Amino acid sequence: MEKNTLFDKIWDAHVVKSVPAGPDVFFIDKHFIHEVTSPVAFLNLEKRGIGVKYPHRTIATPDHNVPTVDQDQTIKDKLSRMQVEKLRENCAKYGIELHDLGSAHHGIVHVIGPELGVTQPGMTIVCGDSHTSTHGAFGAIAFGIGTSEVEMVLATQCIMQSKPKKMRISVEGALGKGVTSKDIILYIISKISAAGATGYFVEYAGSTIRSLSMEARMTICNMSIEMGARGGLIAPDQTTYDFLKGKQYAPAGEDWEKAVAYWNTLRTDDGAVFDQELTFEAADIEPMITYGTNPGMGIKVVDNIPSTEGMEGSNKTSYLKALDYMGFAPGEPILGKSVDYVFVGSCTNGRIEDIRAVAQFVKGHKKADSITAWIVPGSREVEKQAQAEGLVAILEEAGFELRQPGCSACLAMNDDKIPAGKYAVSTSNRNFEGRQGPGARTLLASPLTVAAVAITGKITDPREVFGN
Amino acid sequence: MAYDKFTILQSTAVPLSTENVDTDQIIPARFLKATEREGFGDNLFRDWRYDSAGTPKADFVLNDSTYSGKILVAGKNFGCGSSREHAVWALYDYGFRCVVSSFFADIFKNNCLNIGVLPVTVTPAFADKLFAAIAADPLTEVEVNLPKQTITLLATGDAESFDINEYKKDNMQHGFDDIDYLINMATEIEGFEAKR
Repeated sequence: MEKNTLFDKIWDAHVVKSVPAGPDVFFIDKHFIHEVTSPVAFLNLEKRGIGVKYPHRTIATPDHNVPTVDQDQTIKDKLSRMQVEKLRENCAKYGIELHDLGSAHHGIVHVIGPELGVTQPGMTIVCGDSHTSTHGAFGAIAFGIGTSEVEMVLATQCIMQSKPKKMRISVEGALGKGVTSKDIILYIISKISAAGATGYFVEYAGSTIRSLSMEARMTICNMSIEMGARGGLIAPDQTTYDFLKGKQYAPAGEDWEKAVAYWNTLRTDDGAVFDQELTFEAADIEPMITYGTNPGMGIKVVDNIPSTEGMEGSNKTSYLKALDYMGFAPGEPILGKSVDYVFVGSCTNGRIEDIRAVAQFVKGHKKADSITAWIVPGSREVEKQAQAEGLVAILEEAGFELRQPGCSACLAMNDDKIPAGKYAVSTSNRNFEGRQGPGARTLLASPLTVAAVAITGKITDPREVFGN
Repeated sequence: MAYDKFTILQSTAVPLSTENVDTDQIIPARFLKATEREGFGDNLFRDWRYDSAGTPKADFVLNDSTYSGKILVAGKNFGCGSSREHAVWALYDYGFRCVVSSFFADIFKNNCLNIGVLPVTVTPAFADKLFAAIAADPLTEVEVNLPKQTITLLATGDAESFDINEYKKDNMQHGFDDIDYLINMATEIEGFEAKR
């Protein structure tokens, strides 16, 4: 019998037709949309005089540019307001389910999909957002698309895609104290570079990955795009099923049993061949932080910023440009550098487990006076749970400012911007120039490292601050 | 939506050798608030092109009148990061019809093909040759020939062939987009959907 990878099994089941010498006509089970990358797609549908073919397969929420304060009031920024209103208008017109600002399931699109149980193993999921790869944690093929493709999905439920190559990344063994799934993915990206998986779809495997919660798996799959991969996925298992069972859109009763029986077939066969295989040891991974302007520029927080030794040409020029932007010098330690802001949130680390981790660590401490600390839950559901568990009280006591759900300072489309020249240690996914505001300097790290930095006001090894 | 056909393009080129240029640089997020696809070219490379007061930065290549043209020759891993198609809209709106690099990010490359900006992947050696030729003579012409799948430095005849799948090549040459194709497949897709 043919040996197939998990990725092949799902991909091949969704090919309507293979175009000779061209891409596959690829069927999409679920489509998420938000206010920023959908309006032009809807506009073009109108220009073509066509509608939305399968509205029940699309789910909408405004997240990218929404304010994170006063969400019950009219949005002050005119352009943001227009985008959100356009989304409401389009959803009403075509009968698309909308989780609007203030509603029970409003939040970042990649946080609410799993919360609602919309995201399920074996599915194909797309969204006009590169972090759609998050949903791969459930054993789904999920990836980001452009607005032209959003339009294709709305019009036909299909896109034209060439099948990517396959890579398996295995992580084996037990994680050390203070090391989280964010450190795993930052470590992997630092090893293979921000372009190391371009052209590939990644399956994460190995005992370390299997031991992770769904939240932690989502963090890893979320950042697949940061090494260039279209997406990353993890075979579903009992952890996946326990998370999904009872969720609003998860199958129930007999359907649940049938679904689990199918989901249990979603495994890479022994002997299946990948185009590339990489293995890492969990014991080699320590708390990570980025020092440059792409997510591949990461080091262990205890290490020095790499020197320029062995670099030449445009590689060296680009490296020095990045360090110049960050205000760092080659070869110097990163520990002890002063920080101005911390941000806990985003589709990478804005889930309940992340907020729990930060709250547990800062309990009984105060943030440093020099630090502005923002915590932005990924969804209303996360916010509600954090309240119920008493986490919000702990965080506010420590001096964190709790804001309302949205993408917020991860991409700073709204007012949550880090001022020019200031340093932010952030649980988000991108440290690009200006990502968190024009001139802002971003260092990516885990929620634990961010918690440690909030307390000391400096780049800190979380293992040093909190001991046991 | 339909775009201008692409067959043979002869033009001077603009060099941008920086590596890992992400789509947040091509068009920063704060300029994504439009509900129509217009005027994105004004904010192309906004924070590299202008200072915070809106004054053009003299050292950025788009502000250097020595360089112009419809071809952007870019460093490796161009277009990484966010899936925002606005990045390609901005390039197109500014006047670029072709981006050349030794390595493109996947989503960016797809977005280019979907709106009629031809992404041409060359070898690192040929990319270096292009950068050197443009530096030596900013008026040097480059020909991108889609039917023949070649890119040529016209002054020297140095050339290289590039890959593009037949389907996308045909689309680019005719200005077709994927929706035209998919809508014609409605019956097959309906049959498929019914079984899901």
